[in-house]
Amino acid sequence: MQESKSVGVVTPQYVQIDKPLQLKSGLSLESYHLVYETYGQLNAAHSNAILICHALSGNHHVAGVYAGNEKSVGWWDNMVGPGKPIDTDRFFVIGVNNLGGCHGSTGPASIDPRTGKQYGASFPVVTVEDWVEAQAQLAEHLGIEQFSAIVGGSLGGMQAMQWTLDYPEKVRHALVIAAAPKLTAQNIAFNDVARQAIMTDQEFYGGNFYAYDTLPRRGLRLARMLGHITYLSDDSMAAKFGRSLRKGELSFGFDVEFEIESYLRYQGDKFADLFDANSYLLMTKALDYFDPAAAYGGDLSAAFRAAKANFLVVSFTSDWRFSPQRSQEIVKALLDNELSVSYAEISSSHGHDSFLMEPSCYHQLVRAYMDNITI
Amino acid sequence: MTNTPAPSPLVLRPDFAAIAEWIKPGAKILDLGCGDGSLLRYLRDTRDVFGYGVEIDETNLLKCFRNGINVIQNDLEAGLSSFASDSFDYVILSQTLQAMRHTEGIIQEMLRVGNEGIVSFPNFGNWKNRMQVISGHMPVSETLPYRWYNTPNIHLCTLDDFEELCQQCDARILERKVMSNHYRPVNFLPNLRGMLAFYRFERRT
Repeated sequence: MQESKSVGVVTPQYVQIDKPLQLKSGLSLESYHLVYETYGQLNAAHSNAILICHALSGNHHVAGVYAGNEKSVGWWDNMVGPGKPIDTDRFFVIGVNNLGGCHGSTGPASIDPRTGKQYGASFPVVTVEDWVEAQAQLAEHLGIEQFSAIVGGSLGGMQAMQWTLDYPEKVRHALVIAAAPKLTAQNIAFNDVARQAIMTDQEFYGGNFYAYDTLPRRGLRLARMLGHITYLSDDSMAAKFGRSLRKGELSFGFDVEFEIESYLRYQGDKFADLFDANSYLLMTKALDYFDPAAAYGGDLSAAFRAAKANFLVVSFTSDWRFSPQRSQEIVKALLDNELSVSYAEISSSHGHDSFLMEPSCYHQLVRAYMDNITI
Repeated sequence: MTNTPAPSPLVLRPDFAAIAEWIKPGAKILDLGCGDGSLLRYLRDTRDVFGYGVEIDETNLLKCFRNGINVIQNDLEAGLSSFASDSFDYVILSQTLQAMRHTEGIIQEMLRVGNEGIVSFPNFGNWKNRMQVISGHMPVSETLPYRWYNTPNIHLCTLDDFEELCQQCDARILERKVMSNHYRPVNFLPNLRGMLAFYRFERRT
């Protein structure tokens, strides 16, 4: 077995795109910029490129660390690197922050060139289709006509699917991990509670909190705490926290008592410091709106008629947010179109977050799949 | 990691060759309980088929990936609801029937999904098995290598038994092959002398 290493120190790059982006909402962005990172070398034939699409709270920093900050490890560093399942010794891997995000690409906190002020509430609602279109502009900028593979987990998996529908000739393989062909009512409900938490925070100011030099921290914190619960499983929470008490005994009050409360609050606080509330609203809306079958009367198989890619679909047994049944719906649509598809349902107790971990043979399967991709 | 090419399955598995002889080149195949994927890979390499394997075991799934075949992780006992009716030329169940709980159910699903079904299984009616039962023991043989307490084989049958089941499931048998333990064809007294049985069948209309 080859030794796997980190890609090491990485530096984000920026591209300014002045070609207007027509959005699904009917609005458009006249110009925008995207922040991205790349790992490995693009080969002479430009045939070894891989795009990694991020999920709700992810970004372009997929692997490696930033200079002088060894804690700044990329969010999928266990998957991407030299000798890792997505091997940067073979592939040229790209991570990009999506439009509307808060890690460097144009988003609600960016300056609107029309007004000279931050977009705030006026930043248009963006969809998975819009993201794919912006990512396609980045691909053009980098001289990539066809990706070896487009890979994503959760909301990222939705982007990988959308690519195969919008640009069937530009994607040879799509790895759709812990994703769904559309959200269920329950999923939308969770997202709306999260949005309500943010929007009812007095510091939100209708999305224009930048102008008031404040942040809707409380709302964003609650939104993240709720989301975090849905990314874990009952079993994994029981195993990690159980009913453990911080002080070892009940205090008959309403302060933090149980370890799980402490953990969630910590996660919420950390997130509220790092993430933009408007971006959170936009990301959850993109999730809610994703439904490629809608234009085909709900027929997902009909939606995938355009696709040509080979697929790997992966789900995790304890993922109740995007359950294995949702992945099976995707698989069925691909089978109906006689597309090459493999499907793995990985045993894992970690819930939706499993896709970021290494349960069971998950990484071995991805590695074996990637090894079969010719470049 | 280096991928050493597997030795030609034809040498190792004459039962693969027996199945391949029935497959029209370029056909669309579903291989149920496909194990490590070597049959499907063999059919792809020798018959240019397109297809999918179905396998539940994670270790086998990984081997399928390494064999470069499409595989869907699924429990056959739950049926084939991911697969549309009449969507395959052949649905194969190679040496898996005897380990299934829902034997009738899987035959019916094969008839629904495929134009033709191909089933292979060890013949429990072979004289060696019969001798062992007469001597007071559950059979252990080349095709039935397990002991009674650790065998995955819960629905063993003879050729005659299987043909009865086909009758009951409205499956019309198109062709049968019977092999000895040395993979030689057995034509005389197959239910007594045969070790491995192969059937090709279709839905009776």
